[in-house]
This record gives sequence, C-alpha cells and structure tokens, in this order.
Amino acid sequence: MTLLPLIFDGVLGFTLLWLAWQLLGSPDLFRAIVLFIAFGLLMALIWVRLDAPDVALAEAAIGAGLTGALLLAALARLGPPSETASLDNQGDRASVAEGGGLPFRRWLVALHLVLACGLGYAVMSLPSAAPGLSDAVANSLALSGVSNPVTAVLLNFRAYDTLLEMGVLLLALLAVWSLGSTPDAPPDDQPVGGVLALLARLLTPLLLLVAGYLLWVGGRAPGGAFQAGSVLGAAGVLLVLAGWRLGRRFAQLPLRIMLVAGLVLFMAVGLFVMLVGGDFLTYPHASAGGLILLIEAAATLSIGMILAALFLGIRPDSRADQ
Amino acid sequence: MTFFLFFALVGIGLFTLGLYAVIVHPHLLRKILAVNVMGSGVFLLLVALAKRSDSVDPVPHAMVITGIVVAISATALAVILMLRVKGETGRVKLPETPQE
Amino acid sequence: MAIDEVVSILLLLAGAVFFFAGTLGLLRFPDIYTRLHALTKADNVGLGLMVAGLALQAESAAAVGKLMVIWLLVLLAGGSVAHLVAAAARRRGIVPWKR
Repeated sequence: MTLLPLIFDGVLGFTLLWLAWQLLGSPDLFRAIVLFIAFGLLMALIWVRLDAPDVALAEAAIGAGLTGALLLAALARLGPPSETASLDNQGDRASVAEGGGLPFRRWLVALHLVLACGLGYAVMSLPSAAPGLSDAVANSLALSGVSNPVTAVLLNFRAYDTLLEMGVLLLALLAVWSLGSTPDAPPDDQPVGGVLALLARLLTPLLLLVAGYLLWVGGRAPGGAFQAGSVLGAAGVLLVLAGWRLGRRFAQLPLRIMLVAGLVLFMAVGLFVMLVGGDFLTYPHASAGGLILLIEAAATLSIGMILAALFLGIRPDSRADQ
Repeated sequence: MTFFLFFALVGIGLFTLGLYAVIVHPHLLRKILAVNVMGSGVFLLLVALAKRSDSVDPVPHAMVITGIVVAISATALAVILMLRVKGETGRVKLPETPQE
Repeated sequence: MAIDEVVSILLLLAGAVFFFAGTLGLLRFPDIYTRLHALTKADNVGLGLMVAGLALQAESAAAVGKLMVIWLLVLLAGGSVAHLVAAAARRRGIVPWKR
C-alpha cells in the first residue's frame, strides 16, 4: 500500500507542472486564468500532502479563489476577450517570426535549463534530515499563549513580520487607490441575475461564520487571522459581484478605521507591552493568548476589508459620488 | 527519492517555467500570471524542505502564509498598474524592440 | 471485512463512476449547455455518493454533519454557477445544439 501515495504525489506534481506549462503557453488569456485557478486548487492539495494545512487553507481561499477573481475582473476590464485574445495571438506569432527571436529563445531555454539543473543539484545536495527551527518552536510553544505552532510563529515569535505585512497590505491598497481611477473606468453595469444575489445572500452569513470559526480555532488548530481574513475578503468579493456597495455613510471614515484597525491595534499592543516593561511585541506569558486573539480579531477584519477593497480597485467613496 | 524532494524539484520547475514566461511573453497580464507561478514554485520549495525531518518546521509555513497574502496584494497592484498603462497608452503589451 | 465497509467501498466506487461519466461528458458533449448538464448532474450525484460512502466510515456524528454541509454547499454553488454560466451563454446568443 506504500505505492499508492507515491502514485498520488507523482500525479499531483506532474499535473501541476503540466498546468503551469499550459497556462503560461495558451494563447487565450481567459483559458490561462481558469487554468491558474485549477493550479491554485492543486497547490492546496499539495500543501495538505506536505502536512501544511494552514497554508492549504490560505491557498484555497486566496491563491485559487481571490487571485482568480481578481485576474478575471482585470481581463474583463481590459476589453472584449476575443479582441485581446486575437491581439495576443498576433503578438506571439510576430515575436517568434521576428529575425532575432528564435536564437534568443534558444539561448534563453538553455540558460533556464542550466538554472533549473543548478537549483536542483543544490536542493539534492542539502542534508536530508534537518529539523530547522522546529525544535526551538516546540520548546517555547508553551510560553507563546497558543498551541498551534504556525500561529505561534506568526503572532508571537515572528510577530514583527506579520506587523510589517499588515503595513504592506495597506501600502498596496494605498497605491491601488491612488492609481485606480483609470480614464476608462469599468462599465460593470451588467444586470445582476437573481440567482447570484440569492447566492450572495445565502453564503455571506455562512462565510462570516466560517471566518469567525477559523479565527477562534486558529490558536490550537489550523486557521488564524490570515485564513479568516481571506474568507472574509471572499465574502466581500461575492457581495461586490452581486452589485452591493458600501453606503456613502460608511465609505468614508468608518471604512478607513476598519482598514487600519489591524495595524494600529498590533502596534498599540506592541507599545503597550513596552510600557509594562518588556520589549516591543514580547507579550507577558500570562496574557499572551488573549493579546494574540485580540490582535488576530482586528487583523482579520482589516485583512478581509483590504482584500475586498483591492478587488474593487477603486476608492468606494469616489464611486458613491457618481 | 523521498516525496518531499520530488515536490521541491517540482517547485524549481515551476520557478523556471515562470521566469521563462516572464521574459518571453510581452502581454502584461501573462507576466502577472507568470510571476504568480514563480512565487508558487518558491513556496513549494520552502514548504517541501520544511518536511525534511519528522517534526515539521512551522517557520517556513508561517513565511509562506505571509507570502501568499503579500503575493495577492502585489498582484492587485500589478493589475491596477496594467490597467493604468492600458488607459494611458492604449496597449497592454511591452514593445518587442526598444523604442527610439 | 464488515458489511458497512463493503457498502462504503461500493458507494465510493459508484461515486467515482459518476465523476468519470461527468468528466467524459464535459470532454465529449457537443455544446456548452449539454456539457454543463453532464458536469453538474453527474458530479453532484457523484459527490453525494462519495459523502454517503465516507459518512459510513466517519468517527462521529459531527463529522457526518460536516460532510453533509460540504455536499449541500457544493450543490448550492454548483447549481447556481451552472445557471449563471448558462444564462451568460444565452445572453451572448449561443444557440443550444441540435443534431
């Protein structure tokens, strides 16, 4: 029976490579994006095989779901798909037919083969058993306030990374909002079918429930702020697709408070423990669990809102003015 | 060959495929897709190498979760930049030959 | 081998047959509407059989409940998405296939 998982892994790995080849080579961009969504789902399966259920949850929600929706929306904004597809075709043919194109590509393929072989050799020559930091994490897990090691790393041992990442998300949203008002704003006035609205109404409360569950369970089982936040973001994307928009009253200050809440609360907790007498972001052991849950709750809200806002791509209040 | 090494090699394959596609394809949306594939390859390598011993190393897992979230924000930014390029110049591809 | 294990394996195999038929239909049927039909019908039944087969092996009632919720969600999403795809195809003026 040891052969069966081996075959399964082999099929997974080679299908993943084949999908990547297909999606990067197919002349039709719509097809490429759909293949990319399938690629993300396969990645989620591989994370489960590699004993990384936390990563699998994040990948299934973000890598397969949100990124796919984002790219499909971008493709729709680029114009009629048939036109872009044919343009893409012409471009590819032209670039191959061009005089200097083919030798250049041969050299490029050779270089990439050398690169792949070098990297492969480096990986194969690594020591086959290296515990890495797993012992260090396991030894101090009792002090972290949570029992899920990934959450402990994300929000306690390497909380700095997560804090800065919240900043990265906000920066990306700022840049998107600054650049977002393109001259040809998306027409996006398609009549929304009753089925989609019904689906959004049915699924949104359920997604909120799942997000809350993932947040709560993250301390001791796979889950946590990022997974919960991405589920929340998916709920937001569904609502946006069903034609729902933030009211003008909430699009100004309340929205912005929600967006920065995660980062601000994170920093506030970090500074607070400094006042109490520790270093920045080193929680006292007794209250670590509660502080982590507090930070995660705010981070979940912010991540969800930021992801939905990134999908919308335009400042919600600028839309309300129209 | 143990199966985590196999997935590490698959990760390298994805990275190389993505890098090639980033260089070769002039269409900006396909470059965005290719960068995402490259990122997936790096994530796969990291998590596969974290499984080398019996006790799975949680630090790369945390890094990859952070990376996935950063990747989608970078993708959103790239998409907006692409739409802006389309709005300003009317084209979504980089020119094949350097313009004078 | 206990009788419930045999029944479970038979249900899983039947589910796999339905998935196979659905995939075959997706690949071989002539137009978008018939393909959608094959995909959603066969996969929903296939997943139902899989869930029934797995429920027989589940450890607790809660696990059975989770499996059922998964099936209901897939039914809901699959049906809605099939409807949306078909409606979009009709709006684009794709005519259903006639022999």
